[in-house]
Amino acid sequence: MNGGKQTIYFRNKPSVLSGYSIVGPKEAMGPLDPYFHKRLRKDDFGQKSYEKAECKLHMSAISGAIIAAGLSPTDIDVNIGGDLLNQIITSSFSARELDIPFIGMYSACSTFGQALIIGAALIDGGYVRRAACSTSSHFSTAERQYRYPLELGTQMTPTSQWTVTGAGCTILGKAGEGSNIFVESATIGKVIDFGISDANNMGAAMAPAAAQSVLQHLKDTGRDVSYYDYIVTGDLGVYGSRLFLELLESEGVHAAERHKDCGEMIFDKKQRCPQGGSGAGCSSVVFNAYFLYQMRVGSIKRILLVPTGALLSKLSSLQGETIPGIANAVSFVVEE
Amino acid sequence: MLSKTQYLELDKKIAPKSNEARTLFLSFVIGGLICMIGQGVSDLFKLAFPEMEEKMIGEITSTVMIFLGALLTGFGIYDRIGKHAGAGSIVPITGFANSVVSPAMEYRSEGVVFGVMCKMFVIAGPIIVSGVSSSILVGLVYWFVGLFQ
Repeated sequence: MNGGKQTIYFRNKPSVLSGYSIVGPKEAMGPLDPYFHKRLRKDDFGQKSYEKAECKLHMSAISGAIIAAGLSPTDIDVNIGGDLLNQIITSSFSARELDIPFIGMYSACSTFGQALIIGAALIDGGYVRRAACSTSSHFSTAERQYRYPLELGTQMTPTSQWTVTGAGCTILGKAGEGSNIFVESATIGKVIDFGISDANNMGAAMAPAAAQSVLQHLKDTGRDVSYYDYIVTGDLGVYGSRLFLELLESEGVHAAERHKDCGEMIFDKKQRCPQGGSGAGCSSVVFNAYFLYQMRVGSIKRILLVPTGALLSKLSSLQGETIPGIANAVSFVVEE
Repeated sequence: MLSKTQYLELDKKIAPKSNEARTLFLSFVIGGLICMIGQGVSDLFKLAFPEMEEKMIGEITSTVMIFLGALLTGFGIYDRIGKHAGAGSIVPITGFANSVVSPAMEYRSEGVVFGVMCKMFVIAGPIIVSGVSSSILVGLVYWFVGLFQ
């Protein structure tokens, strides 16, 4: 790779043209409420099934971002999207309505990072002008696919996380399109499995992958943690974040002051989500709502966004497989 | 970075645990309450129909409790009770009703045959299978012992 073992530099500075986030009612009750672009009053979004609702969420995020960038769908060369449902039906079905060339992606909750990397690379290489990178997740569709029916009276375990209902989309474009937020580099994560097998302890399953990606990013770029205002992990949750920091600490990297976790930020402690939020939509709504806003107003200059994913399926857990994690790191900088 | 074994040890050591005193207490109280309601139903039947057989009363009581469990599931209340009660609301027969009705509601969107009918027993299925097979086993033992008497 052009930036070391796992890192690539985008030399032609792909820029962030706009971002859009849309969330469900529970997320709108959380601390990030003022930043979201749109909030649903009911999480079925007026649709017959939750799958249809998630699809509409995904589509709304893409069209919202296109409008926010002052563009029309014909200006977008490619939509790179993903979600958590089997065969990524949400993103493909929303692409069916949109008439934009589509690349579907899956790397669980780190899909947003993957989509940003591919989008930035396509723009950097001069292959496309603009890319819409979108991901979504929905509590009710994820629950039924990975866990139990909604009305079943089960208890959440202390390490479990709440799947975020929401969709986010970022429009990337070439440099010189009027935005001063650039995708500067990215570190493609390795799939790492430290042997966690509890599907309700995904923060712990993903923390090693996040730590590896961040450490490798710092090594490849020769940077110190202080280079970034924030290192933003996707959905490690409260406990996963603690493990992540412990792992960095064991390598002599002190990141506690500069670390934020989207899953930890999106819900309040009072909202009864033991370790915070998770899901493919988690990092994308928090990034597009909160961090993009902070970069636009200039209070944050550089962030390393590290969406994290637990690559399990219901089958693999039942067959006794441990949970591999992945984390893709994307560096954003604001230039004056 | 830490090795895998070190990491798993760390996870074991610092992972947040459930507050057992609280969960045990809640499941005891709520589970006990559900059973008390069952006992109340049974007593009422006994009072209303004094000539009814004990066995019959038991069966009617189970039916009433199953109905209540299903009704509360349909109203979206049973899962809220379950959030606090844990095993306290799973173990009684109302929990069994909940485990059948909740997937039936959930998979409505996939149609009547392949949704509701197929998926209705995804959770209760194992309970029925183990119940039936263990009664067969016990029946066999019973029969076998009877041979030597």
